[in-house]
Amino acid sequence: MSSYKDMAISKALNAGLQQAMLKNEKVLMFGEDVAELGGVFRVTEGLYKEFGQSRIFNTPIAESGIVGTAIGLAMRGYRPVVEIQFDGFVFPAFNQITSQLAKLTYRSEGSMQMPVVIRIPYGGGIGAVEHHSESPEAYFAHTPGLRVVTPSNPNDAYWMMQQAIESSDPVIMLEPKRRYWQKGPVNLDTAPMPLHNARVMIEGTQVTLLAYGPMVTAALQAAEIGAEEGVSIEVIDLRSLSPIDYPTIMASVKKTSRAVIVHEAPTNVSLSSEIAARISNEAFYNLEAPVIRVGGFDTPYPPAKLEEAFLPDADRILEAIDRSLAY
Amino acid sequence: MTPENQPPMLQLLAPDGTYGVPKGYEAYGKIIEELDQDFLKLLYTDMARIRRFDVEATALQRQGQLGLWVPAIGQEGAQIGSGHAVGKNDHIFPSYREHGVALTHGVELISILKMMRGVNHGGWDPEETRFHHYAIVLATQVLHAVGYAMGVKLDGKVGTGDREKDLAVISYFGDGATAEGDVSEGLLFAAVNESPIVFFIQNNQWAISSHIDSQTKAPLYTRGEGFGVPGMRIDGNDVLACYAATRLHMDNARSGDGPFLLEALTYRIGAHTTSDDPSKYREDAEVDEWKAKDPIKRFEIFLRRQGIGDDFFEEVKVAGDDLAKKIRAETFALEDPPLGNIFNHVYTEQHPEIDKQRAWLEAYEARMGDHE
Repeated sequence: MSSYKDMAISKALNAGLQQAMLKNEKVLMFGEDVAELGGVFRVTEGLYKEFGQSRIFNTPIAESGIVGTAIGLAMRGYRPVVEIQFDGFVFPAFNQITSQLAKLTYRSEGSMQMPVVIRIPYGGGIGAVEHHSESPEAYFAHTPGLRVVTPSNPNDAYWMMQQAIESSDPVIMLEPKRRYWQKGPVNLDTAPMPLHNARVMIEGTQVTLLAYGPMVTAALQAAEIGAEEGVSIEVIDLRSLSPIDYPTIMASVKKTSRAVIVHEAPTNVSLSSEIAARISNEAFYNLEAPVIRVGGFDTPYPPAKLEEAFLPDADRILEAIDRSLAY
Repeated sequence: MTPENQPPMLQLLAPDGTYGVPKGYEAYGKIIEELDQDFLKLLYTDMARIRRFDVEATALQRQGQLGLWVPAIGQEGAQIGSGHAVGKNDHIFPSYREHGVALTHGVELISILKMMRGVNHGGWDPEETRFHHYAIVLATQVLHAVGYAMGVKLDGKVGTGDREKDLAVISYFGDGATAEGDVSEGLLFAAVNESPIVFFIQNNQWAISSHIDSQTKAPLYTRGEGFGVPGMRIDGNDVLACYAATRLHMDNARSGDGPFLLEALTYRIGAHTTSDDPSKYREDAEVDEWKAKDPIKRFEIFLRRQGIGDDFFEEVKVAGDDLAKKIRAETFALEDPPLGNIFNHVYTEQHPEIDKQRAWLEAYEARMGDHE
């Protein structure tokens, strides 16, 4: 029988990191303020005390340097896990991530592996100043050579962190920062599923609602309200944004004939654009309505006093579901 | 040895072939004076070979056999001198013009041409040769080198005193690349981690059409100072100065002295690449001035003064022509890569989308068939 423990997502990520560091001494953790302080969100809290300076250390405030040196350490046989402090601070490292990290295995015809994990707290809803609330997932999901994942609950946070570190390919781990303090049970013994599988969270019959990361909570709320109103919504947590688990999506859409996709990022050229195109290719004859997308507007992330109107929520999702059902 | 108003520069071999050790640089002179004649001949042979290779590669590009060639003529002293000074465990992170350094580390020259022909993106094994892949996006490799050096230190392979075990890292980049932020971040990370690394700048004075004066207002050998990385300028057209300085500072890095920066002042005699036309941005007189400081010519004078005669130089010339012939034949024999290489090694682990696209292309090719 498995043992369970209630944890917040941040604590589950922390426990996942700790497990990975215990299991493999080549796992290193570094970034800005990750050592004594435990990171600005305390996701690495206690690890410095447990593992010491040779396993977890602070770096200069230079994101390209953090990712570039992680690449060199991976070449030397280490498995670096680096923290980018906030989503909006990843862009100084964009060149190292997309032109180097993502391509080195390809460039070297497989003689080099890049087991690097880049942890990025992402998304809005915390009342932050500019550059602290962004959703940059499409840039990374678009880049061949990278894997992109995002947990939505403590159990996935615990296990996906460990699975990402075990991967021989580079993984962008997007952590839904507004949900860091959301609690739930963590199974300490058994991983729920492979890293790149999507999960059907709630089964339903009338419409498929696809969400990931911080929007899974909103999707579940929408499904609950929908159920009260007599609408049967099937909620899928994508978990992995590259690759995307299309078989799970298609099986659901073929069953419900309707799909609504929700994310915080602007919808223009986004994950939902790609998924909508794929659904139209693979489930065209099953559809009763066009795929409807709910996302942030195609604007920069607004000042915090406007973010409530910018971010999708259960009401906006239900409004989209109503439109889908009206076809 | 240093003209007026110019920063100090280590030169052991003057353009006229005269050897002399300036005061204060005795440690460098000692390294050279301990070299035997066979090794000196090897330095000459490799400089001559890589120049002959370069001429052949340019010809192959002009004949449509290569998509691009990146000539390094004029920089043989910096590359062969420093390359041979790198120790047997050390790792090298090049830019994309370090053909001479590649030669000194057993990289098959044809594999460089493979890349320039478009057969692959860099097909040699960096673990086996310890010569990492060419980095085309400027300065990216500097951070990889520093990360690698951080790993070497974490492995406890610095300053143990065991020459069989210790290693250091050398990162090559050009004057143009120094403007990139990755160089500054690399210097900083190396400094705060006291990493075993030598930053080797080949200042060939031209970043495509931009002169060094538009790239920096302070001499490049001082670039590390603000980060805590000491540096010195060496004559990049003096193979002996390049050998001695690299040898000494790599030894120091391996012993745990932390990072060091070398600026080898040299000159790109040819174009930036075969797509470039240097006559549009620089005067012939400047090129002629630097041709007079040629690294190979001055070393030949030095060797002749050591009693090495015509036979040797004739032998080297013949060997160079043989190498060129071999390279030409190997280039013509290169096969196009199989279509499957589009998909191979994008990921190390299985990936459903890549698998699907590979299968699609295979089926498409089978269906559309042979057009010939």
